[in-house]
Parts: sequence; C-alpha cells; structure tokens
Amino acid sequence: MIELDAVINLETLVYVGAIGLVAIGALGLALSNHLFRMLLALGIAESGANLLLILSGYRPDATAPIIGYGPVGASMVDPLPQVLVLTAIVIGVGVQAMAVAMLVRVFRVYGTLDVRELRKRMELEVSTAAGMPVPTSEQAPAGERPLPPVPAYRPSYGPIQPRES
Amino acid sequence: MRSIASLLFAGGLAFLLLALGAQLALGDPAMRVGAEYLRIAGPELGAANIVTAILAGYRGLDTLGELSILFAAATAAGLVLGRRRADAPRDPPGGLILRAGADLLFPLLVVVGIYIVAHGHLTPGGGFQGGVILAAAFFVAVLADPSRTLNHAAISWIEGLAGASFILIGIWALVEDGHFLAPLLGTGTMGQLLSAGTLPLLSVAIGLKVGSELAGLMADISDTEARDQ
Repeated sequence: MIELDAVINLETLVYVGAIGLVAIGALGLALSNHLFRMLLALGIAESGANLLLILSGYRPDATAPIIGYGPVGASMVDPLPQVLVLTAIVIGVGVQAMAVAMLVRVFRVYGTLDVRELRKRMELEVSTAAGMPVPTSEQAPAGERPLPPVPAYRPSYGPIQPRES
Repeated sequence: MRSIASLLFAGGLAFLLLALGAQLALGDPAMRVGAEYLRIAGPELGAANIVTAILAGYRGLDTLGELSILFAAATAAGLVLGRRRADAPRDPPGGLILRAGADLLFPLLVVVGIYIVAHGHLTPGGGFQGGVILAAAFFVAVLADPSRTLNHAAISWIEGLAGASFILIGIWALVEDGHFLAPLLGTGTMGQLLSAGTLPLLSVAIGLKVGSELAGLMADISDTEARDQ
C-alpha cells in the first residue's frame, strides 16, 4: 500500500523521534513519584515539542536561512518556526528555573520530594491546622453503617518537623 | 494498574500524533509568511542571518516581551528562594582537576559567547544563544568552587542597563522612524561585522540581558541553603 522508501527517510525519523520524546515525557510525568523527575520529564516533552515545531519549517533540499551560507539560489528552510522555538526554549528555561526554585523551597520545608509522602504530610498538616481528624476511608462508608462508627483517628505526634537525613 | 494506564495513555498519544503527522506533507507548500521573510529580510535589513533579522527586527516587540518573561521568572525565583543567612555553610570546592578545568574553560567560554553575540546577524547565533554561553562561563566557575560568589549588585546593574538600552533603542527608532524598534542606521554591506543597522546593538543588549539574568538565577539557586537548620 505504502512504499517503504517514501516512509523511511530523514524527516520521518526526526518526526518519529520528536513524538517519541513527547510520549516519553508524558509517560515520565504520569509514572514518576518524584517531583524533580517530573520536572525532567516535562523538559523532555518540551524538547520533543520544539523538535516538532522546527520540523514544521522543513523543506526538502533547502539550506539554513542564512544568506551566503548555501549555494547561490538554493531554497532555504522556513525561518519563522526557528524564531518561535528560540522563544519557546528561553521561556522553557524560565519555567524550569522557577520550578527548581519552588522545589528547593519544598525540600527545605518537608525534607522530601516524593509526591506520596508530600501528600500525606500536607493532609496531616491541613487536618492538624483545622483541628479535624485525618480523613480515612473508614469514616465514609458507603450506604448505612453495618458496624458502630470507629473512633476518630487522632495523630499522636505533634506538629510536623522537617525530616532530617 | 496505574503504570498500565499510563503506558496506554502515552502509547495512544504517540499513535495519535503519528497518525496525524502521516497525513501532513512537511514543508509543502511553504508557509507564505516565512517565504516573504526570506525574500525581503536580506535587502531590507542587511542581515545575513534571517533568524536574527526576524527575532530582533520584525518581531522585536515579541523579543521584548520574552525578555520580560525571563525577568519575571528570575525575579520570582529570587523571591521564592529568599535571602541567604550570612553564616550558612557553603559546599566544599571541587577537586583540583575540576577547579583547574573550570579556570581553563572560563576565558574560552567568554570569548565564544562574545563572538556568538557579536556575530548574531552574520552567522548562526545571536543574543539569546551567546548570552546563555556567557552565563554558562560563570556557572562553571561557581559550580567548581562554591566559595567564589557572583556579585549580585553588578549582575543587577548589567541586567538593568541592558534591558533599558534595548527599550531606548526602540524609543529612538520610534522618534526617528515612527515605529518602535524599526531598523536604523542603514543596512551597510551584508557580511560585514558593522552592518545591519541597529540589529547588532539589539543583539548585544539581548545577550547581556539574558546572560546576566541566567547568571543571577544561578547565583540565587547556589546561594540557597538546602535546609533550614
């Protein structure tokens, strides 16, 4: 149906690679539990998106958009996606720097970057501040209660200390 | 369960994008805006590098917005990280090889950065790329030996002056030509270092701004103690 020559060439490889990077980044965002790894996955997805954008300016048998670089009269690739990607990269750097600063802050307060651990600690913190028991699944049974209600869970330890390690 | 769902999601995303891409003919037909830029940028601005011509010339206002985004990010990071206590301990310096390598690399990186900024209108490169290389020169020095710190006040001054000069060149063009950031000073001979009017000046302003911004960010992050004790 489709000839192999028409499918496998340089731009197809770059295209598949760019989409692969986006997929790897999405997978990393979904699978990892560590905030810094999620940030790295975001960076990978971002580079995949940038590669896709650059590829959209590709033209067969064209040179870089610099006058006097290629042979005279040669066509050039579209310069506009390159400018936009330059912008995107710089903004990506800004976003990542901002995110790293916030991660440093989170690590200073909680001593961990593990999402599950952070969620537990934050829930505990919110409940302690509000003077409420930590919500557990036992407190919200579906339908009517077959058993007498269990006593509310009170954390026996005091306010949260930053974990030392 | 969660892993399987995520794998399915990522696989589906990749399949969707691939199926979409298989329908597209890449670069054919060429975009009209890009083709027009390619046609007029050389004669109109006198810059050999069309990417820089668009970045600092035709889309100069976008670049100004981008610089302000970077500035906002750096300011926010500085705010979040807060101030360092004077007596907080610093990381020990790296080994001899690391420190000697950093000392060797520093002047080379600075020279390459300046070259890339100054030749942005002629060869691949420009303010952003060269500015990042300039910042990297300072990163290397600070990472190899954390007891060497960057002078925050000097960085802020360079950053402010570069940003102000970018805007001043724009206002100068507004007065002379009636358009903000319009190219001035003629086009010169294409391929010469002093050509393309105000583009090299804008490149230098962008390079200094980006370089000092990133160096300041790095200084902020490396100046932070990892924990409150």
